[in-house]
Amino acid sequence: MSSPTPDWSALRKDFPILDQQVHGQPLIYFDSAATSQKPRIVIDTLRHYYERDNANVHRGIHELSNRATNAFESARERTAKFIHARSVDEIIFTRGTTEGINLVANAWGGKFLKSGDVILLTEMEHHSNIVPWQLLAERTGAKLAYIPVTGDDGLLDLSKLDALLTRDVKLLAMTQISNTLGTVNPVAELCERARKLGIVTLVDAAQSAGHSLVDVQAIGCDFLAFSGHKICGPTGIGVLYARAERLAEMPPYQGGGEMIVTVDFHKTTYKQAAHRFEAGTPDISGAIGLHAAMDYLDAAGRDKIFAHDQALAQYAYERLAEFKNVRLFGPKTGRAGLVSFLLKDVHAHDLVTVADQRGIALRGGHHCNQPLMRKLGVESTARASFYFYNTRAEVDFFLEVLCDIQKFFGA
Amino acid sequence: MFDDLQELYQQVILDHSKSPRNFRRIEGATRIAQGHNPLCGDNLTLYLVMDGDVIRDVSFVGDGCAISKASASILTETIKGKTKAEVEELFEKVRTMVTTGEMSGSNLGKLAVFAGVHKFPARVKCAILSWHAVKAAVAGEAAPVSTE
Ligand SMILES: Cc1ncc(COP(=O)(O)O)c(C=O)c1O
Repeated sequence: MSSPTPDWSALRKDFPILDQQVHGQPLIYFDSAATSQKPRIVIDTLRHYYERDNANVHRGIHELSNRATNAFESARERTAKFIHARSVDEIIFTRGTTEGINLVANAWGGKFLKSGDVILLTEMEHHSNIVPWQLLAERTGAKLAYIPVTGDDGLLDLSKLDALLTRDVKLLAMTQISNTLGTVNPVAELCERARKLGIVTLVDAAQSAGHSLVDVQAIGCDFLAFSGHKICGPTGIGVLYARAERLAEMPPYQGGGEMIVTVDFHKTTYKQAAHRFEAGTPDISGAIGLHAAMDYLDAAGRDKIFAHDQALAQYAYERLAEFKNVRLFGPKTGRAGLVSFLLKDVHAHDLVTVADQRGIALRGGHHCNQPLMRKLGVESTARASFYFYNTRAEVDFFLEVLCDIQKFFGA
Repeated sequence: MFDDLQELYQQVILDHSKSPRNFRRIEGATRIAQGHNPLCGDNLTLYLVMDGDVIRDVSFVGDGCAISKASASILTETIKGKTKAEVEELFEKVRTMVTTGEMSGSNLGKLAVFAGVHKFPARVKCAILSWHAVKAAVAGEAAPVSTE
């Protein structure tokens, strides 16, 4: 199955936003780990939906409602294929990764976790895969434990795993790709270990779904969450995959319309499977836009996209390593499409401000990873994150600007 | 190449961020105030020795970006010997300057180097952080101030 390498520069032209100047300089967008840009087909799909098909779903008899319902449910089928779920009923539409994790913490965790149970996380989790579990722990008396990160090279210290996988662990939740370190975690291996011990697993695929092939059956997780906006889709739509057995045992998350079969003044019966977890009018246009984004990404080839982004990140990492007074974070090889770094005596915030004046959009800060930052002994890092619309020439210009920044701050 | 940034990062600012003045703890400070900018991790602690309403001595320690460090450093130079009321008045003037660039008739002296900050909305918090902290300190508020 070796399809030809995509024409990256042609694909780049699909992104109208990239064709502009910022502070009088061509925009170089290196913040796709925060949110990706959107190809024209996604923007056009949204416009078409609102101009031609807009109606509420699952409740109308009329033509437009049929169209909207069909498009919405077809997005669910597309999503099931996108992540290789066994059944379309395992796909719940959410607002994003964060809501997906909160849904699991509330609906599944609220029912099954009790005092003394342990929720095992990793030290590289995004706040959205920490705080919902802390809230759950406060409510239930469960405790949190963390798989440590080795240090600046940002790997999970799996030598500690045996000791951490105690009988009390009920849930293992971890990110597939770290948004700060670029580490790609061996989630399939970890899920297999967990499954043998009867531990339920959740994978945060926010950083992986748009770059690499994400296959829930190969990973073997119980839950997997991601956000549409990081994979070329609109903001406001996300996906929670939940294995059928887990779904069947979970009580509803929110109550309202769409999720019911019959409502009496005192008693309600709920729909089956995914719809039970989608109370209220969903983000219909978001799901339809996401469908277009998934088609777009798979036409280019997510395996090719990942290889492209990895190559850019590896190149940037190696060139940065030649700098004097630089501190680099994350693995030396095999990293996903981003680089986190610090230049000595140049605060990340100053670096990002200067880069912005050169048209380069970077991220500086704690990247919603405050515990990890504390562990690494830093307040913040600067991060450049790449997607298939970025080029090596952009990375070269970025490196030049970094040299100038070092000179400017006399570092 | 960096003409447009010279206004933000004036030489005075770079100098103060690299060699901050009054960068020390004061044993026996009568007021201690913390300023924290969670977004970028700027974290400053100010020490004041107050004699009634008058600031006899002031210093700071901490870490942050060039703007926040230079701002704290110049603040310590500026407010020594000033009264609580004068500090509160200065706070308002500095705030106006860094948010709007307006400083006519403000007599801000060296503080005027921060006028360029208003063109960089994301950096206003960095410039004003130490001022929030000192305002809380002279008012006798003990809780750390945060720019969020
Ligand atoms: C690893 C990871 N998890 C979770 C999230 C949260 O995603 P969202 O804000 O779309 O819910 C992000 C986004 O920054 C992320 O990078």
